[in-house]
Amino acid sequence: MLNIASVHSYYGKSHILEGISMTIGEGELVTLLGRNGAGKTTTLRSITGVVRPQSGSITFLGREMAGREIHEIAQAGISLVPEHRGIFGMLSVEENLAIAVRPGHWTMAGIYEFFPRLYERRKNGGNTLSGGEQQMLSIARGLLTNPRLLLLDEPTEGLAPVIVDEISKALLKIKETGMSVLLVEQNLQICEKLGDRHYVLEEGRIVYSGSAEEFATDHSIQDRYLSVGV
Amino acid sequence: MLYIFQILNGLGLGMIYFLISVGLTIIFGLLNFVNFAHGAFFMVGGYLCYSLVALTGSFWISLLIGPLIVAFLAWVSEKTLFHRIYHLPHTFHILVTVGIALILQESAIIIWGPIGKNIAVPQELQGVVTLWSFAYPVYRLFLIAFTIVIGMILWFLLERTRFGALVRAGSESAEMVSLLGVNIHRLFAQTFALGVGLAGLAGILSAPIRGVHPFMGVEVLGIAFVVVVIGGMGSFIGALMGGLMVGLVQSVMSTVWPEGASLMIYGAMAAVILLRPYGLFGRA
Repeated sequence: MLNIASVHSYYGKSHILEGISMTIGEGELVTLLGRNGAGKTTTLRSITGVVRPQSGSITFLGREMAGREIHEIAQAGISLVPEHRGIFGMLSVEENLAIAVRPGHWTMAGIYEFFPRLYERRKNGGNTLSGGEQQMLSIARGLLTNPRLLLLDEPTEGLAPVIVDEISKALLKIKETGMSVLLVEQNLQICEKLGDRHYVLEEGRIVYSGSAEEFATDHSIQDRYLSVGV
Repeated sequence: MLYIFQILNGLGLGMIYFLISVGLTIIFGLLNFVNFAHGAFFMVGGYLCYSLVALTGSFWISLLIGPLIVAFLAWVSEKTLFHRIYHLPHTFHILVTVGIALILQESAIIIWGPIGKNIAVPQELQGVVTLWSFAYPVYRLFLIAFTIVIGMILWFLLERTRFGALVRAGSESAEMVSLLGVNIHRLFAQTFALGVGLAGLAGILSAPIRGVHPFMGVEVLGIAFVVVVIGGMGSFIGALMGGLMVGLVQSVMSTVWPEGASLMIYGAMAAVILLRPYGLFGRA
């Protein structure tokens, strides 16, 4: 459904993505691993149009996305749960959710059932939430746009182990609804538990791609690309 | 008695300042755009009132259509010019909008002449209301009531509708709003038109009291920025409180110490900047 072919992206003059190619199939959960600064976030920002790829192509459901406006890509069915969560602090939880709603499988009622904590906190301001609650809100908001593909940028970063478990269970349930997911994550256990396939990014290049089974058995990959700073 | 008179005058004036400043502050909050043409659009509103009254004979038609015309002009200038410079530093905003303000001002002089015009108070609102021994012009009471209603509608729009939530969300992160699939360019243009339309409305409402002249925009722009600085950039309640404060100070001082009226306003602003650099209701 998503096809990225030799995409090059820059921040100003620095060349961040040096021709990456990857695919995500219908209903697949694909993870993108790599050390800090490898270009994982830039990959997500390039897919969503926040960063415009200099060259290369990004097709989604057969349509070219590269060079389109951010909102057009979102409307086409790609939703990003960004790093740092992007919660609107001055808006209530309910308003954060309500502005995202587009018709489809996920509704406000459905989301409150999925994350009961958000229902309890619905009248509170976004800036009063704990880190875990903010992450739930960010994921919930992403789902309410009813995307075909959900991109998650380090959803468990900086959260307590109990909350990490909760988020990881939520991701599993989301996967079971048949949603396609691209997960950027530093937590290897979660990646191995949820991922159907894995990509490893290093210095702006894809240096490994393989199935979950292959990745789990070949520990040299993890040693080579992920050991330090993961 | 004199003081009641001046306080009522101050309330009316303050609500006019509120209408002007709230537009300025919403635009700054969402678009991070400094609009020095805001006062010029206020002036255009005043002159539209003059021409529409001359043309149709009805103040009410001008009150209905005038703000829409000003909002439309604002929308066109946003779509053709202003949206191209949002990403530039504030100095560029000032340069471009001051240019537009001068063009509007000179155009007004070419069209309506350099000397001011008076606009009659609409017939239905002429005369005074007498309470005990106290008489107050009907139009000024109407002005206070009408602007309160407009303020309430605006509050509802910003705090209780999806449009308002998007405006507030966009002031925090326009990029995140786009990522939710909202066309931020359209939201920017609508908000700009709304904010400037309110300045146009203020120009129309003040026309029967203060008349219109080509330089009325310059005067009011300075005051609008004072209000926004006092109230806090991007704050609705700040624009309301700041507007009322400046209006009341100006009005009461004009009786007590006329020479010091402006001094007091700028003194109040300086005090606020020293004590609360982000304004009374501003956020860091």
